[in-house]
This record gives sequence, C-alpha cells and structure tokens, in this order.
Amino acid sequence: MDLQPGDFLFELWQARFSLWAGIVATVSSSALTILASTLCGTLLGLVLAYGGPIARALARLYVDVLRGIPVLVLILFTYYGLALFGINVPAFWAGVIALSAFATAHVAETLRGAVESVPAGQMEAAKAIGLRFPQRLRDVILPQALRRMLPPWVNTGLEVVKGTTLLSVIGVVELLLASQQVMARNYLIIDFYLTAGAFYLVINAAIAQLGAALERRFSYLRY
Amino acid sequence: MIDYHFDWSVISRNSGRFAEALGLGLGLAVLSLAIGCALGLACAYARLSGKPWLAWPVRGYVELIRCTPLLLLIFFIYFGLPELGLYGMDKFQSFVLTLSLYAGAYMCEVFRAGLASIPKQYVEAAKAIGLRPWQRQRWVVLPVMIRITLPSISNNLISLFKDTSLAAAIAIPELTFTARQINANTFRVMEVWLTASALYLATAWLLAALLRRVERRYASIR
Repeated sequence: MDLQPGDFLFELWQARFSLWAGIVATVSSSALTILASTLCGTLLGLVLAYGGPIARALARLYVDVLRGIPVLVLILFTYYGLALFGINVPAFWAGVIALSAFATAHVAETLRGAVESVPAGQMEAAKAIGLRFPQRLRDVILPQALRRMLPPWVNTGLEVVKGTTLLSVIGVVELLLASQQVMARNYLIIDFYLTAGAFYLVINAAIAQLGAALERRFSYLRY
Repeated sequence: MIDYHFDWSVISRNSGRFAEALGLGLGLAVLSLAIGCALGLACAYARLSGKPWLAWPVRGYVELIRCTPLLLLIFFIYFGLPELGLYGMDKFQSFVLTLSLYAGAYMCEVFRAGLASIPKQYVEAAKAIGLRPWQRQRWVVLPVMIRITLPSISNNLISLFKDTSLAAAIAIPELTFTARQINANTFRVMEVWLTASALYLATAWLLAALLRRVERRYASIR
C-alpha cells in the first residue's frame, strides 16, 4: 500500500511526534493536577468536616468561590495574574496550578460528603475504645470514607482530563492544540478532530477502568 | 508584594460591555438547556423504551459526549461541520448546537434516573382510572419526574452557564471573551479578571438561590 501526502494515514504518520508530545502534555498535566488536588483536597475536606468555625468558614468560602467560577476564567486569571506578581511560570505550570486549585475544591467537597456519610456510631465507637483523633481518622473514618469517595473522585479525574483542553487557550501544546497545529498543516480537519476525540476517549476509558478496578479492590470495605 | 495600583475606571468605562456579555452568556445557557432538556427527554424515553435499536445509539451518544472535552466538541462542530457540507451556521448557532448536544447527554441521564424513580403504583393507578398511555405520561409521570429532577436541572443550568465561557474560543463576545479583550487592550489584569470572576460567581450564586426557591415552591409531591 503506498500512501500519498494528503491521505489521512500518511499525515497521521507524519504527525506522530507532534501528537505524541500533545498526549504527553495532556497526560502529565492531568496526572500532576490529580495528584496535587487529591492531596490538597483531602486536607481541605478534613478542615471542612472537622475544622474550627473560622477555618471551616474560610475553607467553605474557598470551595464555593472556586466552584462558582468557570475553569477557563481561573486559568486565564492565573496565567495573566501570576506574571503580574513577577512570578514568571510557563503556561503549562500556570494551567496546572489553576486546574489543581479548581479540582481541589471538588475533591474537598467530595471528601467532606464521604466523611459525613460514615455513620456517627463509627466515630463514637472509636472514641469509646480510646483512640485519639488522628488514630480515629486514620484507622476508622478515612478507610470507610475513601471507599465511598472513589466514584466521585474518578469523575473529578475525568473532568480534569477534559479540563486540560482549556490549557490550549493559553498556548500549552496539549493534545487538542497539537491536533489543531497538525490540521493547520494538512487541512484534514474532520480526521484529526476525530483522532483527538478518540485519544481522549481512550485516556478517559483507561481512568474509568482504573477506577472500577480500585472499587472492586476495596469493595470489601462495605458495611 | 509588588505594588500594583488598582484603577477601577477601566471597569466603569466598560460596564456596558460586561453587562451585555453576561446577558449573552446567560441567554446561551438558557437556550441550550431548553433544547438540551427536550433532547434529553426524548433520549431518556428511547433508553427506557426496551428497544435495543433505539437504546443503544442513545447510549453511544451519551457516553461519547460525556467522555469528550467540550472544547473539542465546540471546535469540531464549528470547524468540522462545514467540511462535511453543513454550511450556513454562524458561530452563535454552532455554539448553541454544541452546548445543546452536550446538555442533552447529561439531561438524558438525569431524566432516565428520574423516570426510573417514579413508583410503579402511580402508573398503575393512572391505568386504573382509564388514562391512555400518553395521558399517563403527560398528567402523571412527567409532572412527578420534573419535580424529582428539578435540583439536577438547576445544577445543569449553572454548570452550562459556566461552560458558556468556552464560547470565547470561537470568538463569541461573552464574558470571558470580553474580559480577555479588555485585558489585552488595557492590561488592567487584576481589575478585569476580578470583575469577570465576581460576575460569574454572583450570577451562579443568584441562579442557585433563585432555583432553590423554585424547587421549594414545587416540592409539594414527594
């Protein structure tokens, strides 16, 4: 089979390095965002659930504000705003910071819901056998809460992967912008949008599978 | 801390543009939600029809839309459809089409869950008093279903309103696009983006409060 320039497969082969770089950017920004937001979100969620009145009010304000602003605005704000304060981070990092700030709010809210859905008796029983607060949290509440948190956490992960497309707006060459740059060379608009869509489907399906596997793995934590 | 001098006059000078942009975003969201609800309801009935040739394509549509980034859909429909021979849509129509398709997939899931949660006795009672199939849907199933799904519908409206910010990518002059433009022209970074954020936030909160009132008003059936 001989492929001509202008054939989809020929152009796809020509574009393999650009697209691969785009996939790497998409996956790495998603992974960094998911990691950072899971860590910060868990802490913030614990503040929401157990913090003192002032800490809780501040955390609530953060969560409600971040959830009320579109991610694109957050990204643009971070990108232009950080530069203003003399922090010259590359667009990639500005995007990761903005996405993480957004996802942190979602994870925090999810964790709060999960912690509060653990029956009060569990906390009382843990108190009754003399565990201190960190122990109660680590050994009793969190194992149960994290199990309940898995499905919405996986959903947040999917949202983050989809959200990384917005980084293209500030010039990060992730999968979408990489595809568009390829299209600008060969005008195979339909083919390469479908290709990009297929890649996103694969990435998201992989995350969903991973989430399902984790849920099966921890399904014994049911009560 | 860098010394940054706030100059809010840029906001007051452009307040008309901000207001127009906000209205446009709201309009796009409401219009898309309306079309999306109709589409979603049809899809939900198709999913529950028990006919595989109806249910499976709808399932594919829902999964496809939910796994694809919205920005990709916007570009695909705006730049891709003309390639396929569908000319004549301006950017507004193209965006409303995209957002409606997007909302339709989410509303389909909402309505499917809502329809599935209606107690069987309601339908049996409706049968017993002699209502025809479409009358049962119109007077018994749908009114209850709408009340059950109202909170999800309002959540969807708020998230669609936030999603209208992506219209900036195809140069629709809504709030994000306007803010970006004013930012580029004046470079009053903080003022412009704080205003845009505050406007989004205030609108989202107002919508939420308003819709919660509507929910309370119609929460009579439980």
